[in-house]
Amino acid sequence: MSDLRDRIKNTIEQEPVVAFIKGTHEQVYCGNSDRALQALRGVGAGFTAVDVLPDPRIREELSALSKWPTIPQVFVAGELVGGADIVQELAATGELEATLDERLGESWRRPGDERTVSVTEGPGLRLLPS
Amino acid sequence: MSERLEGLLRMAFPEARAVDVVDRTGGGDHFHVTVVDGAFSGLSLVDQHRLVYDALAGPLEDGTIHELRITTRGEE
Repeated sequence: MSDLRDRIKNTIEQEPVVAFIKGTHEQVYCGNSDRALQALRGVGAGFTAVDVLPDPRIREELSALSKWPTIPQVFVAGELVGGADIVQELAATGELEATLDERLGESWRRPGDERTVSVTEGPGLRLLPS
Repeated sequence: MSERLEGLLRMAFPEARAVDVVDRTGGGDHFHVTVVDGAFSGLSLVDQHRLVYDALAGPLEDGTIHELRITTRGEE
């Protein structure tokens, strides 16, 4: 297993709500990624974003781990909730909040608490975009 | 292209009550597919969508499908 895959796996397991997207929480470069973030914002969830664009291997390793071929991918408490269509659908029916409640208690209600982290840069390590 | 996708979905979901493919932009690469199939009942949405991705793996991998929206339903 590669270091990159380990870092992706750790991010999925450690972040309560994490969205792998094209872009960052401040600058999204894909309509589907934006739909997923808007669904999370719509229910008042804080989240951590990971930009898959800096290195194509991020997406390859992520999809190998998640068995999900497309971006975005939203995970809650380490488990894949879905891509943009599912997250949007769950938000519309109230099931997204129920899923967040069930897996995270009340701690997910952090409107505006958004950040983007890198999985290609660790302490003392910096990979150049390929 | 819509016909090709519909054919792949019909092959993967022979019992489907409905299969619909919409070319969202008319450009032949942004699609919204809908599949209604009793086989979805009891599966999570993630697993339902995975079955659709599996059915369309060819055009997804060769880049024919640039963007895919999916709607799935079990028995209505």
